[in-house]
Amino acid sequence: MRLSTLFIGINAALVAAAFSLVVHAHVCTKNASLADARTAELVRDYGLTDLAVFTEANYTRHPTMTDLNTPFQDSPMSLEHFPSGSLLQPPSHVVEPYAKKY
Amino acid sequence: MPKSIERQLHLIDFTVGSILRRKGKNGALLFVYALVVFILASVLFFTRSLRNEAASVLANSPEIIVQRTLTGRCQFIPIGYADSLRTIRGVLSIKPRLWGYYYDGGFGANYTIMVPLDDTMKQGTIAIGSAIAKLRKSLLGDIIPFTGYDGNAQTFTVAKIIDHESALVSADLILMSEMDYRAMSGVPSGFATDLVLTVRNPREYATIAEKITRVLPDTRPIVKSEILRTYDAVFSWRAGIVLLLFAGTVLSFFIFSFDKATGLSAEERKEIGILKAIGWETSDVLAMKFWEGLAISLMAFCLGVLFGYVHVFFGAGFLFAPVLKGWSTLYPSFSLTPNINAGDMLALFFLSVVPYTIATIAPAWRIATIDPDSVMRS
Repeated sequence: MRLSTLFIGINAALVAAAFSLVVHAHVCTKNASLADARTAELVRDYGLTDLAVFTEANYTRHPTMTDLNTPFQDSPMSLEHFPSGSLLQPPSHVVEPYAKKY
Repeated sequence: MPKSIERQLHLIDFTVGSILRRKGKNGALLFVYALVVFILASVLFFTRSLRNEAASVLANSPEIIVQRTLTGRCQFIPIGYADSLRTIRGVLSIKPRLWGYYYDGGFGANYTIMVPLDDTMKQGTIAIGSAIAKLRKSLLGDIIPFTGYDGNAQTFTVAKIIDHESALVSADLILMSEMDYRAMSGVPSGFATDLVLTVRNPREYATIAEKITRVLPDTRPIVKSEILRTYDAVFSWRAGIVLLLFAGTVLSFFIFSFDKATGLSAEERKEIGILKAIGWETSDVLAMKFWEGLAISLMAFCLGVLFGYVHVFFGAGFLFAPVLKGWSTLYPSFSLTPNINAGDMLALFFLSVVPYTIATIAPAWRIATIDPDSVMRS
């Protein structure tokens, strides 16, 4: 087999596989909408506000409910030391000046 | 077959042969290149899907939440505040929300304890999140003891295990009745953690929030759009580790391209000199280098994206788990819905394939335009 045929074949297969990801993602999104709807219903019934991804600190478990003081509750000079704190940005409604918001 | 295509095929034949002659070097380059794309693609897929999932499920979160703050700290809010809030035009209903945290010393885990908005739990029973059930190996009907605020143990029967499919929002949740919550937490009746408001017109959120701060100056309203915005910005490229990963990968691409653009090895220079001496045109040399750059970068891009996708959506992002888990004992084993944004893919493509391909051509053009004799002698 010619090397160029091999080259084109391998690259075409790789590009096709990369495109198939888009199709797969599209199908999965369609199928997941029912499960998402059930979860959204649960969010409404229980009055939930946050994702349960980081359970190590209250301000990373409920970032939307937090304020600027929350990470420093242990002591005024306590440095942020939970790993998940370095993954999350402070919510914009916390860092924006209060007067600017309303 | 047209002559021009046949010509390109011959060039590809030669290029692939040349790549295969330097198997070790090019293989290592492809591996590292694909690894860099893999990291970047994994981060992009993970953060994009998490943000989409958050937007989809948190669309039903409370419209306005009113917290009470004293000297910058959240306090329990008197339920009587609802009377003042009812006077605001546009407010439809007000419900107290009771929630807090419980640290389970035995398992070293933090739980979120909560009363459903309509207080649907029967006294003495609880509903637990799937991650708690897994951690404690709890089944329906099991009895779980918790230590109350006064140090006394209180026992609850597991009446429900919340479905695993909603673990993303409920993994660490314990739902109980209002009576049980107050008995366990010591929050006196007449107080709530915060108040949940529903309003007639979503466009009035900002106006109503402003009125709330005027009517009750010691409160802080949080509107739904702020909740959604929080998760829209979550894991944004500016956030800590994500920024480091992005900076690292961009720097790697820069190093790859810079290494290629600054010059060719003596062997590669000699090869170009010989090709020119036997009659290759400069355009042929450039076409050969184009195919070489494309072969490496396109393969690295496709492999990186494919493995990144498999890692995040089939392997639940297992490489990220230690970072995401941090010091927490409870971590939801949620599966994210694949979500690919064309813009992200294009950005990744242009970041990985284009600079490398161009950087491969540039030094070859410099060498190819010099006299072959002097190239070979140097």
